[in-house]
Amino acid sequence: MPKPLSIVVVERDRDRALLIVDSLREAGDHDISVISEETGLARKISEQNPDVVLVDIASPSRDMLEELALASGPMERTVAMFVDQSDDSLTKAAIEAGVSAYVVDGLRADRIKPILDAAIARFHMFQRMRTELEATKRALEERKVIDRAKGLLMKARGIEEDAAYALLRKTAMDQGRKVVDVAQALVTAAGLLS
Amino acid sequence: MSGVRLEAGFIPLVDAAPLIIARELGYGAEEGLDLTLRAAPSWSTLRDLLVMGQIEAAHMLAPVPVAMALGLGGMATRLDALMVLSVNGDVIGVSTDLAAKMRANGYHNDFSDARAAGKALIAASETQPRIGVPFPFSMHADLLYYWLGALGMSAPQDLQIKTVPPPLMAQAMEAGEIDAFCVGAPWGSIAVEDGVGELLLPGAAIWRFAPEKVLAVRHDWTHSEPDLTRRLMRAVWRAGRWLSDAGNTMTASEILARPEYLNVSAEVIERELTGRLVISPRGELRSVPNYLEFFRGAATFPWKSQAAWIASRLAARTGLDRATAMTTARDVFRSDLYRRNLRDLGAVLPGASEKLEGSLTHETAVATENGNLILQPDAFFDAQVFDPYPKNAPKK
Repeated sequence: MPKPLSIVVVERDRDRALLIVDSLREAGDHDISVISEETGLARKISEQNPDVVLVDIASPSRDMLEELALASGPMERTVAMFVDQSDDSLTKAAIEAGVSAYVVDGLRADRIKPILDAAIARFHMFQRMRTELEATKRALEERKVIDRAKGLLMKARGIEEDAAYALLRKTAMDQGRKVVDVAQALVTAAGLLS
Repeated sequence: MSGVRLEAGFIPLVDAAPLIIARELGYGAEEGLDLTLRAAPSWSTLRDLLVMGQIEAAHMLAPVPVAMALGLGGMATRLDALMVLSVNGDVIGVSTDLAAKMRANGYHNDFSDARAAGKALIAASETQPRIGVPFPFSMHADLLYYWLGALGMSAPQDLQIKTVPPPLMAQAMEAGEIDAFCVGAPWGSIAVEDGVGELLLPGAAIWRFAPEKVLAVRHDWTHSEPDLTRRLMRAVWRAGRWLSDAGNTMTASEILARPEYLNVSAEVIERELTGRLVISPRGELRSVPNYLEFFRGAATFPWKSQAAWIASRLAARTGLDRATAMTTARDVFRSDLYRRNLRDLGAVLPGASEKLEGSLTHETAVATENGNLILQPDAFFDAQVFDPYPKNAPKK
């Protein structure tokens, strides 16, 4: 049984960090810690001297980790470097999922792969959640605008809600625009006139 | 928009302007490109997106493709620097505390004398100065090592140069992690706006003509897509020419200020584009004529001697063989493609692709293939001249 790998997860958001840690635990018996504070990041990581560092690609603090590849002199390459010259597809999958990994040079690929696979799956889930959240938010906002436009039409023309929506839809179709855009124009115009 | 889709990545900085303008003013479209831009959160991520083929081109720190060719810092893919995107534009700033100490010691900040500023900074630092830069391989880092090195400070014994992403620079300064920084526009001005620091020197006070960012693509891409390479270079070159017209500065500032690009006030961007900088929270104003160049003096020409200079500095820092590193680096800066692809647009093509870096203290007319070229001053503050072919080194 090889000795457990030490993994550092750099993640500001506590909930996300916990989810990542859970996923990694499932992937094996590892020694995992989280750094949530970006100040002095490179120093903190050097102190812990982990085998693997996982960091969100969207985090600007990633550049601080590049220093680790040089920390002990680039000729020695003992601290950390980007994974993984040998497995492009894994690196590519990681980048697409939005996670990057710094791995101590010389660590065997078969030991890293389960960890990366777990992280990749988790980050894919984050991405889906983010996309869904954005879509929901947008849908809600669109509905609000359309409701306001319907209200304006009902009041101004003395029509029922169904008729107001039908009118918005017909106008949108005639003009080749989206219902929400027509509604927005109406709400803006009403705001200017009132 | 029609045309061949080509995605380029950038970091939200003023010197991403040539790519942004190439898209917004339709220079890309005129070349038949649907040039789409993607902002990246960090240099390492931008590099990885490029290497992994997620994007075709990138706004890149000039030393990065050279470092990669030398096998430094992971990701051993070969990149080409098709052209220089911008010359100069970095600024060195110090914390308000350190600035106050320097003033108390009698230093008057003229924002131009690198020797005096460096000595004052060293004298006012109680411990070894800790200076933040955006990336380990950057003109920012190279200029600092050069400047303080020439004043007798060697890293890591006498000084610490740390990587701090510019958006976190102010935070790091407040937390006492760094005493000074070297950053690109607009972050220097933002530090002043936020009241955390004062500007000490423009990068141009150290080297008057430093290649700052390049247009980087994968070497295998230039090989497989010569036509797209050509169109991209032409669009970006024309954007640089447009940017060099002072009459366009206000428009450029407004475009760059948009939320999808820099998302900072157009007023701050305009200061950086005109080189009229507010250097302290007290509102002191300084004007730097060659603060940031996109075109003048063949600024976009990728001199192989610039690549050699970068390589020689990196080699010194990392213990690589200097002559070999310089030879490798020369091939990264593609002055051959620049000549081939921009000749018929009327780009001024210097007679040679290498020059003695640092030999010009005044504007100097030089021989070209086609027309007049006035080279801008390129002197180093310590009057050293860099010979890309030092004696005893094998010529290629």
